[in-house]
Amino acid sequence: MYKFILPLRFLLKRRITYLAVVAVALCVFVALVVMTVLSGLTAQFKQKAHNFAGDCIVSGKSLLGFDGYESFIDILRQQPYVRSVTPVIRTSALAKAHTPVGETNEVPREIIGLDPNTFFNVTGLATSLSWHSRDPENAFVVQYDPQLPGCMSGIGILVDRDEQGEYHLPRQTPLVSFEVTVLPLTARGSPAKAATDLVNTKTFWLSDTVNSGLARVDWSTIYLPFDQAQVLCGMNLQPRRTTALHIRFGEGVETEAGCGHVAKLWSNYLSQQASPSDLMRQVRVQSWRLYQREMIAAVETEQRMMSVIIALLGVITVFIVFVVFYMIVSHKSKDIGILKSLGASAVDVTTMFLNFGLLVGALGSALGAIAGWQFLVHINDLEALMLRWFHFQLWNRRLYAINEIPNSIYGEVLLAIVASAILASVLGALAPSIRGARKPPMQSLTVNRL
Amino acid sequence: MADNDIILKVCDVSKAYKMGATRIEVLKGVNMAVVRGQFIAATGASGSGKSTLLHILGALDTPDSGHVEFEGNNLAAAGNARLNHYRNKSVGFVFQFYHLLDELNVVENTMLPAMTGTSVFGWLAVRRSIRKRAVELLDRLGLASRLAHRPWQLSGGERQRVAIARALINKPSLLLADEPTGNLDSETGNGILTVFDELNRAGQTIIMVTHDNRIAKRAKKTVQLSDGRIV
Repeated sequence: MYKFILPLRFLLKRRITYLAVVAVALCVFVALVVMTVLSGLTAQFKQKAHNFAGDCIVSGKSLLGFDGYESFIDILRQQPYVRSVTPVIRTSALAKAHTPVGETNEVPREIIGLDPNTFFNVTGLATSLSWHSRDPENAFVVQYDPQLPGCMSGIGILVDRDEQGEYHLPRQTPLVSFEVTVLPLTARGSPAKAATDLVNTKTFWLSDTVNSGLARVDWSTIYLPFDQAQVLCGMNLQPRRTTALHIRFGEGVETEAGCGHVAKLWSNYLSQQASPSDLMRQVRVQSWRLYQREMIAAVETEQRMMSVIIALLGVITVFIVFVVFYMIVSHKSKDIGILKSLGASAVDVTTMFLNFGLLVGALGSALGAIAGWQFLVHINDLEALMLRWFHFQLWNRRLYAINEIPNSIYGEVLLAIVASAILASVLGALAPSIRGARKPPMQSLTVNRL
Repeated sequence: MADNDIILKVCDVSKAYKMGATRIEVLKGVNMAVVRGQFIAATGASGSGKSTLLHILGALDTPDSGHVEFEGNNLAAAGNARLNHYRNKSVGFVFQFYHLLDELNVVENTMLPAMTGTSVFGWLAVRRSIRKRAVELLDRLGLASRLAHRPWQLSGGERQRVAIARALINKPSLLLADEPTGNLDSETGNGILTVFDELNRAGQTIIMVTHDNRIAKRAKKTVQLSDGRIV
């Protein structure tokens, strides 16, 4: 019983143990805050990337795209696990913006050609539209003149974010147009208009903006109607081509399993073709994670690096707890001798100090977790205060596409941190405890320190 | 004297310590037998080996050669578990410097050997009876009003009486006392010796180490140690 009573008394009576508790609490606090914010940012980023691409992407390996997509869309639409499918053209272009105050030079832009009737069923971007969020199928209809060819732009092309990370747009669509120049390519990859102008140029009038939350996309992408993009890219020539099909699966369909079905379906489709083109043979089926792995990998690498730093923090905790425990056990040498002279075994004494470590770890973790939770709850308010008082922002919202710092604690992250902290405390207590417990009783009684 | 009256037998025990390169022989072939119910005082000058002998009798230290038999069992042949049991149940130790735990109050210090010898569930079962016995012992020793006090709130004499109560809580066959009055004034020391007298009259076997011959005279038998030998 003393193995439980004495650790509690050591904790309450020895001020040095407060140091160990504070060390553990600080580490738990830092780990919880950093891991929560970082995991939140990563999850947010992945959610945006998923939202932008749908569940599964069937794409060609180059800007040339692939043919035969229309029949395959019909096949996909018959599958019970497919909720929606949409063709998308992605290419690069030069675009010159015309605004009421002047025009910009031509700058390179990403072009996405999409069908608003299906695209917004596959992606989650409909709610991000500025003026057509309730009727996304009319996203390319220009408010002030429906006869004009419309286009949408990434919201960052039009306006900058303010300090709070908000975009402020006028109620009415501004009079902005984009002169888009694309180099059309044949299915073989040669310029489609080699004998004439080489490039296709067309002016589109701004009908809406898209706020995907992905900075690179929102600052560089112009969205065109699918058929217009097809013409500009020379993909309207028979057989017609697209660069990708984006698919949204039905509720409860696991992404990887769904992609597996689609890949099998494409393989069957290909085998049924009398003479499939090279472009069709190069088609690949990828999940949204794989499709955007370059973007996601960068964020995940950052998270992994932070995890390593947090792990190093854990090593430092173990060392601090070890040092504190070594000091405590050293000062308790005589008590160990007393206990052993009363019949306590070495295992009993070790267990007692391990219980002490467990107690310090549990208390430190609890304090750190509560402090971390409270800090996270108020992290956005604190950042706002810092901005107001010191003009300091953790992430400059003008540069980073973050609205609020994520502060939802993940149960598994909290559990892992607390368990690691308690384990670290117990490990820190283990070595000095064993050393103390193995001393013969008389040696412990006559020597004040280990 | 029948063999079963002998509670403790010391057979040719020797012990030496190393101080740097020097080897100091503290005990040189000590032999003695302790009869149940005896009150023995081991006396001798400082460094004569009397404390070392007491520590070996209490299994707090081990002899280099020879052995100690307790109730016919050779302690040298006992494993750690049996030695722990011996220290917990068979022997009660009273140290010169009391050796109480500052984190526990008087009753808790007294109950500590009983706690040490039982599991958590076992303790929950016997807790009340052990506490009752601890309070009775402390009451007998004049500490009824000091139950909730911490060791540092007590006088030297009171601390030593707590140490005696702790030594007796498990009803040991043998009480070992190492200079129990060495750190007390004569009046307080006298009170402690009176307690020992009463315990011995009640049948408690006591071996007390002291360098003071006047204190040794309170025992029924005196053993003189000199240069590591009983003389």
